[in-house]
Amino acid sequence: MPTNAEMAQKFITALPHARELGMTLTELGDGYAEMALPYDARLVGDPATGVIHGGAVSTVMDTCCGTAVMSHPDARGVTATIDLRIDYMRAATPGQTVVARATCVHITRNVAFVTATAVDDDTDSPVARASGSFTVGANA
Amino acid sequence: MSRPRPEPVQVVKQRRDTALAALLQGIPYARFLNITFDRRGDELTAVLNFQDMLIGNPTLPAIHGGVTAAFLEVASIVTLSWSYLWPDIESGELDLSALTPATMPRLPKTIGITVDYLRSGLPRDAYARATITRSGRRYASVQAESWQDNRDRPFAQATGRFLMPQPKRAQNG
Repeated sequence: MPTNAEMAQKFITALPHARELGMTLTELGDGYAEMALPYDARLVGDPATGVIHGGAVSTVMDTCCGTAVMSHPDARGVTATIDLRIDYMRAATPGQTVVARATCVHITRNVAFVTATAVDDDTDSPVARASGSFTVGANA
Repeated sequence: MSRPRPEPVQVVKQRRDTALAALLQGIPYARFLNITFDRRGDELTAVLNFQDMLIGNPTLPAIHGGVTAAFLEVASIVTLSWSYLWPDIESGELDLSALTPATMPRLPKTIGITVDYLRSGLPRDAYARATITRSGRRYASVQAESWQDNRDRPFAQATGRFLMPQPKRAQNG
């Protein structure tokens, strides 16, 4: 029987929007996920600077958080986002890959709580942080 | 004293539509997601034109939560920017004939956004409207709501916090 982590990996790589963005799962543990979003000119929010739009960062954060939930040993199948808060601390450097790391900090029968951070090549200074809650079981 | 003659309707529409198009030109990511805007006077409705690549969960299928967040963020930023530029568009202060993405006034920067997912986004077009709840010289707060078939049944809502672009200071203070 596949572990939750194996199922999460399989599910995430099948998401059409994740594939369109070229997002890859770079690390996966029990209730932990790391995901990379390569730089792409189509994702630019401001052509004057070449900085990618916050929405693209939201997408990698949301996907990474959902993956962390699904890979938790107590998760039951697919999850959906209930709410997600993102703080953008600085602009991601143009040309660099954004890496999100999410941890499922607590899981109940119905809700999973997740925090995440995103960095670029300068791994000491976060680009963004996120916290959210996700469904456990209960959806298709 | 007589009132000045109102401008011809096509002049008014062209000025406003040119300004809106220039604003959107400055956001390649909005083009990538195929987000367009309907304008009625100064009121904007953002439209997320559906495409298969917006799908997150293919088994439902449902629009990716990240796309929904991005859509609400774009709707909020454009609405905020639009209201900030509106007086200059109407007064002619903003020279629309010379406007390029490089000379366009800077967009507000997102400090943070919180999104509540109320139901799953169906594989069809989505709409959003944003309301500016507070707009100061430095910070602004915006609420946005997104729906599909039924305006009274939003599938997501967001509150965003933004840093306003600072006007360029005149040289020599």
